Amino acid sequence: MLRQKWWKIVCVILLLYTAVAGFLGSVPAEPILNETIRNLYFHVAMWMAMMITLTVSVIYSVKYLRTNKHVYDIYALEYAKTGILFGILGVVTGSVWARWTWGSFWSNDPKQLGATIALLIYLAYLVLRNSMTDLDKRARIGAVYNIFAFAMLFPTIWIIPRMVDSLHPGGMGNSFNIEMDPRLREVFYPGAIPGWTLLGVWITTLRIRLQLVAERRHN
Amino acid sequence: MRQQYTFYGVLLYVASTIFVLHLAMWEPEGPVWKGLFWMMMLFICVNAVAKSFLQEGRERLLYFYTIAGARDFIVSKLLFNALLMVVMSLLSVGLFLLMLGDPTTQVWLFVLLSMMGGLSLSLVFTFLAAIAARAQQSSALMAIMGFPLVIPQLLLLNKASTVAFEPVLQGGFWSMILLIIGLDVLLVAMAIILFPFLWKD
Repeated sequence: MLRQKWWKIVCVILLLYTAVAGFLGSVPAEPILNETIRNLYFHVAMWMAMMITLTVSVIYSVKYLRTNKHVYDIYALEYAKTGILFGILGVVTGSVWARWTWGSFWSNDPKQLGATIALLIYLAYLVLRNSMTDLDKRARIGAVYNIFAFAMLFPTIWIIPRMVDSLHPGGMGNSFNIEMDPRLREVFYPGAIPGWTLLGVWITTLRIRLQLVAERRHN
Repeated sequence: MRQQYTFYGVLLYVASTIFVLHLAMWEPEGPVWKGLFWMMMLFICVNAVAKSFLQEGRERLLYFYTIAGARDFIVSKLLFNALLMVVMSLLSVGLFLLMLGDPTTQVWLFVLLSMMGGLSLSLVFTFLAAIAARAQQSSALMAIMGFPLVIPQLLLLNKASTVAFEPVLQGGFWSMILLIIGLDVLLVAMAIILFPFLWKD
């Protein structure tokens, strides 16, 4: 199914829709946020895509531990890498947004710190894997750490930043925690989230195929 | 305990670090005192707990493997390290109060919090040491994996312990305590579920 073309076409159409409707469509005028509210389609949707790809990665890690099939390890690694990519993009889009609303790219906001810690935990996953040469051992220990890292994702980006005051929209002590406007929903749910997620899956499947070809040549 | 010298080694490490702090800072103010204390705890933990796995030779691990199951082994490691860190945190609170003065308003609350902190840190580092022991260059890996993982806990502990320096109880204290306990439970559960996969080789 993943080799078929239709979902790649859907991905391109959805991302085009997100970009066109995201930049040209009408948005609610909120104080402070103003036009930067359009970042919802990019920044927030990328975090969602990150959560989805990292969830897929951890599912493959569990599958690896249950079956010991080498391909699952490659799947888990590549989905985790794509998740990290989306995480970095999420931090970058967020800090560009912060430049125009908070006044500086980085202001040690709890959300920024939590996201950075989560990314560091996942980058350690890549370092840990690279430190082992034995394929079987690397896969097993990598899978264990990946499950652990996923569990740490919840306190670092979902729970702790919400417990403290933050300037971030949707947080405590902030004006923007109202229901999402229908005009935003129209682009966010059908366009941005599936669009970015499909792009992530696309990138990952390409990388997995590359990895499998490389291994076959190596053998 | 057959490796008594490691215990006394860590003890000496604690005492000399606090003595250097005493010479350098004399009696620091509350926030500085608190910050120094938690950093101190972090380094004690890295020294004391990380060694518990990294210094076991292959033969010793093989021996443990033949006499005990993976679950029993990790549970006993967790318990031992937790106990060790609780003792270490009591000792370091004592030395801190003795050498750096007492800026707290509720000493016993801080003692309790420090024991809880020692316990939480020991759980993180026991599990990480179990992972790192399987890889090469494990002490470098401990630092790479460990520091991002303990940041959330240290931040929570540091914030929660502010209470002991103020005359009134702040809001949000109990939710922080609950979160720390929740993290500990999560870590123990993870260690018990995942350790058997690390163990077999």
